[in-house]
Amino acid sequence: MNLLQTGFDGLLALGLIWLAWRALACPDLFRGIVLFIAFGLLMALAWVRLEAPDVALAEAAIGAGLTGALLLAALARLNRTAAAQTLPREAWRSGPALLLVLAGAGLGLAVLSLIPEPAGLQAQVAAELGRSGVSNPVTAVLLNFRGYDTLLELLVLLLALLAAWSLDADPPRREAPAGAVLDMLLRLLLPVLVLAAAYLLWAGAHAPGGAFQAGAVLGAAGVLALLAGWRLQPHLTGTPLRLAVTIGPGGFLLVAWAFAAGRPAAAGISAGTRRRSDPADRDPGHPVHRRHPGSAVPGLAARRR
Amino acid sequence: MTGPDYLSALLLLAGALFFLAGTLGLLRFPDVYTRLHALTKADNVGLGLIVLGLALQSGSWLVAGKLVLIWLLVLLAGASVAHLIARGARQRGIPEWRR
Amino acid sequence: MTAAFYALAGVALVVLGLYGLSVQAHLLRKLLAVNILGSGVFLVLVSLGGQPGAAPDPVPHAMVITGIVVAVSATALGLVLMLKVAAASGRPTLDDAPKEDRCPKE
Repeated sequence: MNLLQTGFDGLLALGLIWLAWRALACPDLFRGIVLFIAFGLLMALAWVRLEAPDVALAEAAIGAGLTGALLLAALARLNRTAAAQTLPREAWRSGPALLLVLAGAGLGLAVLSLIPEPAGLQAQVAAELGRSGVSNPVTAVLLNFRGYDTLLELLVLLLALLAAWSLDADPPRREAPAGAVLDMLLRLLLPVLVLAAAYLLWAGAHAPGGAFQAGAVLGAAGVLALLAGWRLQPHLTGTPLRLAVTIGPGGFLLVAWAFAAGRPAAAGISAGTRRRSDPADRDPGHPVHRRHPGSAVPGLAARRR
Repeated sequence: MTGPDYLSALLLLAGALFFLAGTLGLLRFPDVYTRLHALTKADNVGLGLIVLGLALQSGSWLVAGKLVLIWLLVLLAGASVAHLIARGARQRGIPEWRR
Repeated sequence: MTAAFYALAGVALVVLGLYGLSVQAHLLRKLLAVNILGSGVFLVLVSLGGQPGAAPDPVPHAMVITGIVVAVSATALGLVLMLKVAAASGRPTLDDAPKEDRCPKE
C-alpha cells in the first residue's frame, strides 16, 4: 500500500510540473489557460494528499474555478478588442534557464535540509483551540488567531474591485444571448449554490470549509449569472452596489475603531498623548504590540511628527 | 472484506473503467461532437458507479445522500455544459467529422 | 516522503514560473506564470509544515488560503490592467525597449 501511495505522489508531482510547463509553453493561449485550470484541480488533489482539505477546497473553488473563469473571460475580451494577432513563439533562452535551474537546485537542497524540522505552531493552536469557539483549527487560525489579517483582506478585495472599476470605465459590449438551457440551469443552480455556500460557512467551524470557500462558491454563482447574461437592475448598480461592497470592510473598521476607542491607552489610537519615548514604540515585542497590531499605525503617525 | 466491501470494490472498479473509456474517447475521437459524446456518457455513468461504491462504504445514510446529491448536480451541470459546448461549436460553424 | 515529493515539486514550479515570467512576452502568460509561481510557494510552505504521523500544522494552511484569495484578486487586477494596455497599445505586451518598426514616430 505504501508503494502505491508513493507512486501516486510521484505521479501527481510530475503531473503538476508537466501541466505547469505545458500551460506556460504551449503556443495556443486558450489551451494554456485550460491546462492551467487542470493544474489547479491537480493542486487540489495534492492538498488532499498533504492533509490540507481546507486548502484543497479553496484551491478547487478559487485557484482553479474563479481564476480560470477570469482568465478565459479576459482572453475573450482580449481577442475582441485589439490584439488578436498571435505573438511569435518565444525562443528558448538558455541563459535564464540555466541560472534558474541552478537556483532551483539550491532551493531544492535547502528545502530538503529543512524537512526534519520540528513541528511548528500546531501545539500552540491545539492548546488555545478551546478559546476560539470552533473546533476546526484552520478556521480558528483564520478567524480568531489571525483575525486581523483575514478580515483586513476584505480591504485587499475592495481595492482590487475599486481599481478594476476605475480602469474599466467603458461598458461591456452586448454578447450573444446564452440560451435557454444555461438560463434554466442557473435558475435551478443558484439556490443550490447559495445553500452550499451557507453550508460551507457553517461546516467550517468543525470540518473543512469556511468563509473563503463559501465566498468562492457565491462568487462562482455570480460568474455563472454574468455568463448567462444576467445583469443587475440599473437602479441597483449605483449607490446601493457601492454601499454593499463597503459594508464588510466598513463593518470591520467600525468594530476595530470602537474596540480601540474603548481602550485608548492600550490601542494607542489617541496618538497625540503618546511620545516617541513610549516603550511600546521602541520594543516590537512589547505586549502592547503583540496584542494590538493596529497600534503600529499611530506609531507611524508619531514618527512623522 | 465482507460482501458489501466486495460489491463496493466492484462498483469502484467498474466506475474507473468507464472513466478510462471516456478519457480514451476524449483523446482519440476526431471532433468536438464525438468527444463530447464520449465524455458525458462515460463520465456520468462512471461517476454514478463510483458514488454508489463510496455510498456503500460510507456506512451512513447522511453521507450516502450527500454523495448522491453530488452525482445529481454533476449530471445536471454535465448535460448543460455539453449542450453549451456543442451549441458554441455549431454557432462557430465547426463541421462534423465525416469518414 | 510525501512532504519531500511535494516540496520538490513546489521548487520546480517556482523555477518554471520564474522562467515563464521572465521569458514570455504576453502579459496573460506572465499572469499564468505568476500564479504557477505562487502555487509552488504554497506547496513548499504547506509540505514543510507537516510532520509524518503528527497532525498537520494549521497555521501554514490558513496562510495559504489567505494567499490564494490574495492571488486571485491580484490576478483579476492584472487582467484588467492587461486589457487596458492591449486596448491602448494594440498589443498585449509591455515593450520597455520599443524597436523602430513597432513604435511609429510622430
